[in-house]
Amino acid sequence: MPAAGRAPDAPGERVISTVLDPAVLTPLVVHTEAWINFDVGLLIDRFWANTINGLAYGSIYALVALGYTLVYGVLQLINFAHSEIFVIGVFGVYLTFLGLGFEPGALPNLPLAAIILDLLLAGVVAMVVAGLAAVGLERVAYRPLRRRNAPRLAFLITAIGASFAIQQVIRIVRGSNPEGTIRLLPPSPAFTVFGAPVTNLQIVIILASIAMFIVADQFVNRSRLGRGIRAVAQDPATATLMGVNRERVIMITFLVGGVLAGAAALFYLMTIPQGAVYNGGFLLGIKAFTAAVLGGIGNLRGALLGGLILGVAENYGQSLFGGDWRDVVAFVLLVLVLMFRPTGILGESLARSRA
Amino acid sequence: MSEPTHDSTSTSLDVPPSEEGLLESLEHMDAAERAEHDAAVSASVAPARDFAVAQGETLLAVDGLTVRFGGLTALDDVTFDVKRGEILGLIGPNGAGKTTCFNIMTGVYRPTAGDVRLEGQSLARMKRYRIIQAGVARTFQNIRLFGAMTALENVVVGTDARHRTSVPGALLRLPRHRREERDAVEKAMALLEFVGIADRAADKATALPYGYQRRLEIARALATEPKLLCLDEPAAGFSATEKDALSELILKIRDDGYTVVIVEHDMRVVLGVTDRLVVLDFGRKIADGLPDEVRRDPAVISAYLGGAVEDAPAGAGEEDA
Repeated sequence: MPAAGRAPDAPGERVISTVLDPAVLTPLVVHTEAWINFDVGLLIDRFWANTINGLAYGSIYALVALGYTLVYGVLQLINFAHSEIFVIGVFGVYLTFLGLGFEPGALPNLPLAAIILDLLLAGVVAMVVAGLAAVGLERVAYRPLRRRNAPRLAFLITAIGASFAIQQVIRIVRGSNPEGTIRLLPPSPAFTVFGAPVTNLQIVIILASIAMFIVADQFVNRSRLGRGIRAVAQDPATATLMGVNRERVIMITFLVGGVLAGAAALFYLMTIPQGAVYNGGFLLGIKAFTAAVLGGIGNLRGALLGGLILGVAENYGQSLFGGDWRDVVAFVLLVLVLMFRPTGILGESLARSRA
Repeated sequence: MSEPTHDSTSTSLDVPPSEEGLLESLEHMDAAERAEHDAAVSASVAPARDFAVAQGETLLAVDGLTVRFGGLTALDDVTFDVKRGEILGLIGPNGAGKTTCFNIMTGVYRPTAGDVRLEGQSLARMKRYRIIQAGVARTFQNIRLFGAMTALENVVVGTDARHRTSVPGALLRLPRHRREERDAVEKAMALLEFVGIADRAADKATALPYGYQRRLEIARALATEPKLLCLDEPAAGFSATEKDALSELILKIRDDGYTVVIVEHDMRVVLGVTDRLVVLDFGRKIADGLPDEVRRDPAVISAYLGGAVEDAPAGAGEEDA
């Protein structure tokens, strides 16, 4: 506990709340304005705007987090290359835009229906490409290790290696500069919530993400393939002895994770049109992984909750402490949650429990 | 019998609506409906089988089976047959290799030498899920249920082994897939009734009493439509009454056309249900014959520490093979 040194006789929880208490921090801020703000006024002013923006960002984190959580549930493997599957999805969207004749920098002059159709097409392409890439990654990187009963550490280092390899291949093909900005649908306020504007993009992203989450959740909890996924997650040996084809379950798990990452890629590029770059998955991947751990890795609903909380919290943090603190807030939040709930908010389970 | 508890508070594993409806309808049946329903249940659990004509044929052939773990020989050139439609008891003192034999038959281990053939088809190198599809299912000495799933779901996992819809078909929820899903739930429910635990269908497996868990394992194995059912110490930890009920269930399973191999320490259960016995000792087969012959066999008696077979350790502890 880092704070314990300052107040050795105070119980842990009180130390934390004291450190975060504005009354204690404010005098400190007066001398150190240069590197940290403490703008409670801004936090309150932007509360609703931050909440909505945070939910939109958080939905994207949640969709990517589902891929981490699903694979972890089935293989107890942190698939660090999942962020690159997401980047492949981003390029799938971007190249589809180019293929459809959209020019970087120019605003499209098309009827809304055509734009929606183009976005849908790009989304489908990204989902297919990312889904296939995830299945391919599993075949090439992880299945050979499983065949040879490799130790868990070998999987982990392979995941990191695969992540770099995919990143560098994208860099070689597309260069290291970010691609031009293609914005099909500029954000425009649709309505306001407590005075905060909600853009059309934010509505689409939040609703579509939640719809995709519900489909994924129902798939895992209600369908036959999902039943196989849960059986393998709980007890792989018994599952195979009851006729579950484990290799197929693993393939489907990667496929579903990749498809969700492809959808996230579309929403990401709609929000951040300059985001198509070879290493663009790094920070987002780490954030999504954080979201998965925050909610309880292996737990689908935890991934959604973790993503949304992370998105909202980092927006609040940005207002409160200043823009540079956005990522710090996200990771400090993770540390704090794990200190008190080591298995995450909802606990660790893709139907995993001590039977 | 307690009422089925619908655990509506569970977050990740709610009972699908179809199951709840099914449970409701079972509760509100009058006697006539009940009789009709029971007939339907037994028809569904035991579909017309070819065993009546083929009874007595060799179903499973264990041929010169040898298994070594490092320097330890768990099974040494063991040969025996399982006939279609019989209950074969596989017995022997602790460490005789009974569970190892099961593990080979279900693909957990690979044999060092020899082979196991089901209807002439070698199981020795087959993938585990293929062995299930070929028709060998098992229960476990130490219960291995999917604890976070309901009892019904556990059995439905077993039925999945017989699903024919492809992955794309399942993803697109084609009519055939939906029909198979519905049939699976009905069949699973019928199996739970067959083993006598339908009243707890909606409960999580871990929440079931011990005896129910053992019966649930049997229902789950039956759901895979096995030709051969392997029961690994199904009576372990049971009271005398429970053992009698279990013996009855095993006989009922045999009478429904399944072939059963049972590993069991409790001699009352073994002698009460088996048609034939194979005795292993230190990985070798020392006897093979009718229960009455085997219990008088001097080699068997000496294997059980010189005592009479009846005095053999009843329901003795865990066997490590």
